[in-house]
Amino acid sequence: MRGWLRWMWRQLTSMRVALLLLLLLAVVALPGAFFPQRSVDPNAVQQYFLDHPDTAELLDSLHLFDVYSSPWFSAVYLLLFVSLIGCIVPRTWVHLKNLRAEPSRVPSRFTRFEVRGQTRALGTPDEVRERLRVALGRRYRRRLASERGKAADGATRTALTISAERGYGRETGNLVFHLALVGLLVVTAWGQLVHYRGQVVLIEGDTFVNAPLDFDSFDTGSWFGPESQEPFRVRLDSFESEFTVDSQPREFIAGVTLTTTDGSTRTEDIRLNHPLETNDTRVYLTGNGYAPRFTVTDGTGEVAFSGAVPFLPTADPNYTSNGVVMVPDANDGEHQLGFNGVLLPTAAADEEGNLTGSAYPQPFDPAVVLNVWVGDLGLDSGVPQNLYLLDTTDMDQVTTTEDGTESPLQVTLRPGESAELPDGLGTITFEDLPRFAAFDVRHDPSIVWMGVFAGLAFAGLVASLFLPRRRIWVRLVEGTDGATVVSAAALARGDDPGLQRELDRVLAVLDDDRPATTEEDR
Amino acid sequence: MNSDLGDISTLLIYGAMASYVVAMIAFAVDVSALGIGAPRDRRRRAAGIGMATMWLGAGLQLVAIVVRGLAAGRVPWANMYEFTLMFTFFVVAIFLGLQTRRDVRYLGVGVSMLAFLALMLAVTVLYVEADGVQPALRSYWLVIHVSVATLATGLSGLAAMISVAQLVKARTERAGARGGRAPVTAAATSTATAEVTSGATADLGPGATATAVAETTTPKQPRATFGSRIIEALPPSANMERLAYRLNAVGFVAWTFTLVAGAIWAEHAWGRPWGWDPKETWTFVIWVIYAAYLHARVTTGWAAEKFAYFALVGFMAVLANFYIVNIFFSGKHSYAGL
Ligand code: HEM
Repeated sequence: MRGWLRWMWRQLTSMRVALLLLLLLAVVALPGAFFPQRSVDPNAVQQYFLDHPDTAELLDSLHLFDVYSSPWFSAVYLLLFVSLIGCIVPRTWVHLKNLRAEPSRVPSRFTRFEVRGQTRALGTPDEVRERLRVALGRRYRRRLASERGKAADGATRTALTISAERGYGRETGNLVFHLALVGLLVVTAWGQLVHYRGQVVLIEGDTFVNAPLDFDSFDTGSWFGPESQEPFRVRLDSFESEFTVDSQPREFIAGVTLTTTDGSTRTEDIRLNHPLETNDTRVYLTGNGYAPRFTVTDGTGEVAFSGAVPFLPTADPNYTSNGVVMVPDANDGEHQLGFNGVLLPTAAADEEGNLTGSAYPQPFDPAVVLNVWVGDLGLDSGVPQNLYLLDTTDMDQVTTTEDGTESPLQVTLRPGESAELPDGLGTITFEDLPRFAAFDVRHDPSIVWMGVFAGLAFAGLVASLFLPRRRIWVRLVEGTDGATVVSAAALARGDDPGLQRELDRVLAVLDDDRPATTEEDR
Repeated sequence: MNSDLGDISTLLIYGAMASYVVAMIAFAVDVSALGIGAPRDRRRRAAGIGMATMWLGAGLQLVAIVVRGLAAGRVPWANMYEFTLMFTFFVVAIFLGLQTRRDVRYLGVGVSMLAFLALMLAVTVLYVEADGVQPALRSYWLVIHVSVATLATGLSGLAAMISVAQLVKARTERAGARGGRAPVTAAATSTATAEVTSGATADLGPGATATAVAETTTPKQPRATFGSRIIEALPPSANMERLAYRLNAVGFVAWTFTLVAGAIWAEHAWGRPWGWDPKETWTFVIWVIYAAYLHARVTTGWAAEKFAYFALVGFMAVLANFYIVNIFFSGKHSYAGL
């Protein structure tokens, strides 16, 4: 059993398996680019279920709509990281030991190295060695030694040696890089546990409080505690947008007032790429549109509804928007009223005056076109209601009779206009047209740490790829003519096109006073 | 914004494209001279013309990019058209830079063709008027993130081209080492043969000697063909592999930077650093492929050709990330497109 475990561990931390896992990670990440993901676009997943009812179930059971939280994706990256840790931790110890050790000894024969040099220099070996030592520069760690050996003529001679090494940073960088990846994974997981995120739609003049109940949707990690929710209030004072003549958006600015617990307030603009930052929370602008304000009176003349209702922009760049007005209190709830329809910020009409669409995103000539429904809105059924969709199952559409044919009633209103509903149902007034802005409020303390680890990883990577790791060995023997015979070799880790140049550079200090070299010296 | 300037930029791009076509023809002439038996050390007039027109094309393109930026009043890399201008410029510029240090004219045909085809696709399909950008792209991260992405694409592209040359060369080297169909032996100078054999000895399998014997017993004069002479003139595949590796290593750093900068921007713009948007997913996949390539290169003793295939797969993913993901996948990056 122990043997097996050890075998498995050795396999897992082997480079071959690590490589396999790395490739596997690329493969298992890809399906998420082809199938809609719940975490990215839940509506697209719903749509997929509608479009492909026969395969969606199967795909779902394989987690293809939640690839990045699926067991198989998690298995691959967790194994990879276990492998990584198993591989890096021992290397870290070895490296720490190497950092304190002296460079390795001079190898006995230089012929097995590709990069070598040979020269002669005036002076004693000691003097020459000193000059080489200086020439190596501070980047190199050096170990100076001497060795005794027999020369070709049988006499014992002493050789002085230098072994020099530079580029420990390459390995340091590599280890930092890999460890930083582990750090990145850990802080990401931690962020998942402690973060919260809320979404809220504010109409101009509205305020929200940073508390779970005030959000339209709110989700948190499982370690989230309410105390991490910084208390503040944000009021949307104004919303402005800018478009080109061909309706391309150029600027969205949400002017807000931030009020903190100590009562201090400050105003700020929230734009795309420019969130509002409080102490540890960020508020992002994620959407915008129009929220026409209506007043509805019922048959008894009572005001049954008064307020602004966000209409959701469609894909139309001119902000044709869809929305719903629900009036549950109309007629004491007996005959509830519902309206659904479109808002056209700049209504365009054909020759007969029928509205055809919106011509521009700004509200130059806004109009709403509404269908009218009467009956039961279904708000009490307990089923969560989509506020942008009218459930008409228990409602009847109000119709109008013109020239003897009955057709659905469409109410077209411009700001300030009212319409009388038939059969004494009441009236509806389009008061004015404020704008709304949608915000994401997010707190995630891991973000800073992600940045730190990503930065470390990047720096480590650059060091690991581009810092040369080089060893240079020199042996100096006293020559027959009072000069010193210098032989040298160099070795690098990985590809190092500059190695020979580096050795030549070091040896070049001896050039200026080299005794005339003969052919055989070379 | 300033449509006159925009038109000037487009005209300059046409000029650059024309230069690349001339360069491509010149390089092709140079290469075919080899193919019909011109000595390798001849004066390569055609290649010289090719290099000169490449410089001209790169110069025109650089001016075109700058003018485009002036016309739009922002950095000129905010849509697919401009992205193409940038990355093709980098491919050409890195090629020209390499040429100042070593002879890489063998890449000339490939580089000029890639630049021309990518620009062709850009002006015909991807073209948009020079204009401002939507608010989502108004950020200094556009400057940082996208420019480095174009550089990374250029590096990966040039490296992939070298890998192709390497694979072609390695095939003949292997054949040469087996002694059989070796096209080199007939026309080659002695140095060429030495290169070929030394380059490929590592690939000699157990059956190699047997093949060699079989070949010598049925002697036939191997003929130097048009293609074989061209291939012979390529540098040894091991050298090309090293060059491709260096470019890919720099490319990997650039991809890493793109990824990290993209995450920081996403955090500013969308409130999350990472969300597995299709673009993010593909970039991640590219990054992992190149990481695997580097690992294999550093730690395994594989035959060099495998690394080349790796790098090619990596570049395919890069192309898919640009052309396929931008156009056919909907995600938060969709607006960067057409
Ligand atoms: C998330 C997974 C991993 C990623 C993204 C990754 C990435 C990298 C990168 C970019 C390099 C630099 C390449 C170079 O120095 O040329 C590298 C080197 C290296 N990695 Fe990893 N790695 C991962 C996992 C692993 C694992 C699991 C192991 C061990 C089994 C490992 C061991 C090594 C080694 C030995 C080197 C070579 C350093 C050298 O000699 O220069 N890595 N890695």
